[in-house]
Amino acid sequence: MGTKTTPAYEGHIPVNWFENGVLAVGSAFMSLADPRRGDMVAALGETTAGPALPRLRDIMLADPEGRQILKDRPRINSKTVDLDKLATLPEGTFGRAYVTWLERCGVTPDTREPVHYIDDPELAYVMQRYRECHDFYHCIVNLPVSVDAELAVKYFEFANLGLPLAALSAIFGPLRLNSAQRHRLFSEYVPWALRCGGTARSMITVYWERRWEQNVVEMRKELGLVDAPAMKWRKPLTEAKRAAEKQWLGEAVQNGSK
Amino acid sequence: MLSSTRLVRAVLPRVHRVPLARCLNTNAPENDTPKTTSFGFRTVPESEKETLVKNVFDSVASSSLGVHRLWKDNLISTLHVAGGTGDIALRILDHAREKYADRETTVEVVDINAQMLKEGFRRFKKTMYHNTPQISFHEANAQELPPSQFLDNTYDLYTIAFGIRNCTSIPDVLKEAHRVLKPGGTFACLEFSKVNNPLLSLAYDQYSFTMIPLMGTILAGDRESYQYLVESIRKFPPQPQFAKMIREAGFTTGEDEDGGAWTDLWGGIACIHKAVKV
Repeated sequence: MGTKTTPAYEGHIPVNWFENGVLAVGSAFMSLADPRRGDMVAALGETTAGPALPRLRDIMLADPEGRQILKDRPRINSKTVDLDKLATLPEGTFGRAYVTWLERCGVTPDTREPVHYIDDPELAYVMQRYRECHDFYHCIVNLPVSVDAELAVKYFEFANLGLPLAALSAIFGPLRLNSAQRHRLFSEYVPWALRCGGTARSMITVYWERRWEQNVVEMRKELGLVDAPAMKWRKPLTEAKRAAEKQWLGEAVQNGSK
Repeated sequence: MLSSTRLVRAVLPRVHRVPLARCLNTNAPENDTPKTTSFGFRTVPESEKETLVKNVFDSVASSSLGVHRLWKDNLISTLHVAGGTGDIALRILDHAREKYADRETTVEVVDINAQMLKEGFRRFKKTMYHNTPQISFHEANAQELPPSQFLDNTYDLYTIAFGIRNCTSIPDVLKEAHRVLKPGGTFACLEFSKVNNPLLSLAYDQYSFTMIPLMGTILAGDRESYQYLVESIRKFPPQPQFAKMIREAGFTTGEDEDGGAWTDLWGGIACIHKAVKV
């Protein structure tokens, strides 16, 4: 029952069906118990992906932009995305909107756990791509990163991409909301998410990095999206600030303090 | 018999930390700084999560390495190696006090990892042994105990629990143990060992290689440490071989069988090796 296959890509952890099952159940509990365990949410997504990933890959293959993504396999993190340059783009462009969104929410593009439990390297990339584009989905429909906003995006993702993780989050996530938030979620955001996500183009085929200069309004029209109902934007998270501090501290330590 | 100090290794309950500290030891025995850099990331000793592994070891620790028999003649100076967090040290001191009204027994805890020692020290502050000669903590390498600090023929008891498998050179550890023990002194080592029963062994292997890293991933977000733990257990010499190594260091052991030179716990999942310096 033990798996002794060699890793197919960096970070690959081969698991057999039993281990996959244990991880799925364990990560489900852990994600609910401590949603800040990003690694557990990621593991849950990977262990429950099933046929959704091949389907998404095929959707990409059928679309010219999607095919280019599969060919280039671009990654999204603070090294591959020049945030400073994007900040200089004119107002109204997608790139500028993205940087503004990052600042408003206090997040960075660096917090995505690498894929471990998908065996096929191409499917692993599709999963990685989905994870890294998640923030773009927030940005393009104009939603923040609060719990209720995340759930709205999850419903949107489920309608648009069909990933089981999105469904799981959509079903269990609301347990963490109070009844007023739940009511608003289901009366306003979910109908929007299902409608918008269902009719829009498949988000996985969008080559976001080539559209920085595109006008946001135009982009939304092209992709078939409408803004989400207005939501309250809370104070920015400390994620970006902490990441910046950590980098500064890391450099200080490297420079000789012990 | 006056007490000399013995070092007690209290590695047991913190197994998910100690193995990391140990493996950090083996990676760089010369390096004295807290070895978090070997793994480049997590500070294992700070891990707070309870794990199945930890619970397993808790129950083994409660058998106190079977050293209670040594108190027949009272007092003991114990050297407990790789015992940073002081669990077994505490048990030994409590046992001496409760059973024999012995407050002269001393335990010196040695560990290569300063952070573990700090944790042990903090722990002992909550006990009555703090600030008494009964307990002390020393940062040192079990393979090379500084001879000026750890003299020859000093201790009545040398213990090491779940620490020796992480050392780079087991013969060196055994040699040092032999050196610092008094003639007549006892060497006791608690460690993971080989399960000989084929059915149990199969189940144990499956559990080790499948469940333990998974539990580590899920509960602690750390697969690698637990993967290391499981692999280091498999690499450790089986009972007869380890008993031979102990004899090669100059010790005298019982027969090469369960109940002689060693005592299997749970079919060999853990094992206590005992020997005497004559």
